[in-house]
Amino acid sequence: MSKWHFVTDGFVKNNPTFVLVLGMCPTLATTTSALNGLEMGLATMFVLILSNIVISLIAPMVPDKVRIPVYITVIATFVTVLQLLMQAFTPAAYETLGLFIPLIVVNCIVLGRAEGFANKHKVGESALDGIGVGLGFTISLTVIGIVREILGSGSVFGWKFIPGDGILAFVMAPGAFLVMGYLMVLFNKYLAKK
Amino acid sequence: MAAASTLKNMALCLSAVCLICSAVVGAAYVVTANPIAEAAQAKTTASIAAVLPAFEGTPEQGNIQVDGVDYTYYKADDAGYAIISTTSGFGGALTLMVGINDDGEIHNTTVLSHSETPGLGAKCTTDEHFMAQFRGFDPDEKSLLVKKDGGDLDAITASTITSRAYAKAVANAVAVYQKLKEGGDDDE
Amino acid sequence: MEYFLIIVSAIFVNNILLAQFLGICPFLGVSNKLSTATGMSGAVCFVITLATVVTYLLNQYLLVPFGLEFLQTISFILVIAALVQMVEIVLKKISPSLYQALGIFLPLITTNCAVLGVAITVVTKDFALGGNAPHMLNLGQATVYAIATALGYGLAMCLFAGLREHLAGCDVPKAFKGLPIAFITVGIMAMAFLGFSGIV
Repeated sequence: MSKWHFVTDGFVKNNPTFVLVLGMCPTLATTTSALNGLEMGLATMFVLILSNIVISLIAPMVPDKVRIPVYITVIATFVTVLQLLMQAFTPAAYETLGLFIPLIVVNCIVLGRAEGFANKHKVGESALDGIGVGLGFTISLTVIGIVREILGSGSVFGWKFIPGDGILAFVMAPGAFLVMGYLMVLFNKYLAKK
Repeated sequence: MAAASTLKNMALCLSAVCLICSAVVGAAYVVTANPIAEAAQAKTTASIAAVLPAFEGTPEQGNIQVDGVDYTYYKADDAGYAIISTTSGFGGALTLMVGINDDGEIHNTTVLSHSETPGLGAKCTTDEHFMAQFRGFDPDEKSLLVKKDGGDLDAITASTITSRAYAKAVANAVAVYQKLKEGGDDDE
Repeated sequence: MEYFLIIVSAIFVNNILLAQFLGICPFLGVSNKLSTATGMSGAVCFVITLATVVTYLLNQYLLVPFGLEFLQTISFILVIAALVQMVEIVLKKISPSLYQALGIFLPLITTNCAVLGVAITVVTKDFALGGNAPHMLNLGQATVYAIATALGYGLAMCLFAGLREHLAGCDVPKAFKGLPIAFITVGIMAMAFLGFSGIV
């Protein structure tokens, strides 16, 4: 039995962004450029993997009724640790992502995986699931970021290849919704073909 | 199997989780406290170095009140003052650091934080022509207003409000500088 | 005057849904019908206001004096979760009719990032409005900001639910059905709201 599918499931079949449509707020808000999307994805992945591991370990000891408060506390702890680490070592990223770092606490992906996967599986599997869903989320955010950056500023990861200003609407709020909508259409088309 | 949901179990479990989590967060805070302070310090030092001519030693931090608003400034010996000044731009607060040398000329300006529209007002951090206007600007000879308001500054295309806020922030910093000069003579 | 600016800014210019992207998940989830959308808006309005006041006081009188600002995230989310539970219990006891209207939405609200988002914003961000020097909001302003933000949320939600009820009857291409067309519609709405920017 290969455990590889715990990781790859997160890419397409259980893609958190395009299939499960979870964690929309950071997805839309922080993808103004490819780099921002990537950073947000990695930050979420960090919390997701650690909270999955810890929750799968403590789940057998937690009484059912206080399950959710315990999970939220664990997740909030890791988010705070992440906040402190980012402030210390990547202050620039911490500033651009701003409010959306603390908001990882209420990202439904993290609580969703804790409640839907980690509390029923072993540590190793939960860690792999965290990596898979985290990577799926990171890839989706980076793709949205790339599309918005190309259309909005004519560059990818800050490397400018189209001179001029680009279509400003795509780096602003409406562009986020539009790009998300059209990418979902493409994703649906791809899934329908398979 | 999950432990039974008795009151004792629930209370125990919640307290244990809270205790461990507090310990983890506390430990992380202690470990990162120094690097965070250093990172903030490094950013301030870099901004001061960017807006003032080369200087030696560590700039001295101070606070002053002008027209009921508190300003933080850094005084570098033989170089001048770096003043932090905030105004409201198009999208929210716009915070600048303005370096003014000992002759009262603006040496350079830099944006510390802003929430202007990407691609429009946010150009105040990248538009070379706009930013260059402030270098070597002598507030005694020219007026710190955009041309639309009868001043000497070219605004960023399609971002007059941001340009106005930027100019206002610099003008406020100049006012702070003048007050520092008036009062500053006796403690020197 | 400042209160007026806060209200206009929070409802229209910096609309929490269309400009700040907070609370999108429940927005997409319950905006299928106008009636559920109004119910959800009411519940969110109630909880955002209450949570903001409580967390503001907690921050001002407990965290800041002891230099514990780094605990904001963890303490705020726990307070919000506890608050939502309490509101649910109290509402059930004193006003069963209100509970019936809002009750089913309450558990969903703990994970609505709009609530935590507003609570964190009012205690960390400097507000710059109408040429005044930027500053932190005081308790009164924070409360008004919270109510206005929640109203903005309700407004966007109800407008969108109205549109979506009509969308349901339209013949859209298969790949666009459901959420994709919803996203595109919100995008166009956000573009309309962009017209408000710069008025305060």
